[in-house]
Amino acid sequence: MELLVLTIVVVMLCSAVAVLLFKDFLAALAAFAVVSLGLSVLFVVLRAPDVAMTEAAIGAGLSSLLFALALRRLGLWRSRG
Amino acid sequence: MQRLSSALFLLGLGVLIAAILGTMQLGNVSPLAGDAINAAAADQVGAANFVTAVVLGYRGFDTLLELTILFTAATAGGLVLGKRRKDARRDPDSGFILRAGADLFFPLLLVVGIYIILHGHLTPGGGFQGGVILAAAFFIPILARPGTSLDHRLVSIIEGLAGAGFILIGLLAMLAGEEFLTPLLAKGQLGTLLSAGTLPLLYIAVGLKVGSELAGLLAHLSETEASD
Repeated sequence: MELLVLTIVVVMLCSAVAVLLFKDFLAALAAFAVVSLGLSVLFVVLRAPDVAMTEAAIGAGLSSLLFALALRRLGLWRSRG
Repeated sequence: MQRLSSALFLLGLGVLIAAILGTMQLGNVSPLAGDAINAAAADQVGAANFVTAVVLGYRGFDTLLELTILFTAATAGGLVLGKRRKDARRDPDSGFILRAGADLFFPLLLVVGIYIILHGHLTPGGGFQGGVILAAAFFIPILARPGTSLDHRLVSIIEGLAGAGFILIGLLAMLAGEEFLTPLLAKGQLGTLLSAGTLPLLYIAVGLKVGSELAGLLAHLSETEASD
């Protein structure tokens, strides 16, 4: 149980730092979604399914989509690879 | 002139925050509120999901203001995005996998969203979560075929009716001699679909409003021309 929480927190922290370090907007967006997904799993582990649902739907789904559409609108929606 | 208005705004903000800080009792938060609600919610509200009992029963007015914030944000987004140019090119249809996936997921997401809204007073979830899923259900087909779009007039009508319905249910409680947004109707048996009085109706209104609002915003955002 504690190991699971620890793993999730480490993954979330790593991806949060990765959001800052990635030069590629697409990759940063993906890392941002990983933070939200980790948080929603953490909420399930902490027995708050209502908040977990909201986080998964709004944090991981909707706001990533909004960011993606905003990137497309600004012309930044392409991979540098 | 601009500086004067900025200074006035700052002054007003300062007064507001000072007034709020002045009336707040800092450090006197009762940690027992949660226990008290856990003990009383089942009898008072009749919703098996206590989160819903708090969100709509005890804090219905907060939820109304949350909806207002969402509405303001969506309206401001639409205002900033403006109209698309007539000659702007459209994105081509996406690949086979996304198109087939969209056809597959649309009914699935629709059912899941409606289920979560209707069972908001029984199981985790509710109007907000189900509404976002509904919005996703209506947006995925647009993602697959950028040429198609939502009927924005219909979306705004649904949104307006849902918002008006929420306030109307609250006003009906006042007509019955209670406070604004007090749950009415029979509470029914705890844990059944037809229980918790007007709470499911309120959640249906919330779900429709959130869903139509976010679907409209996403469709609007995807309709704007991409810059190169």
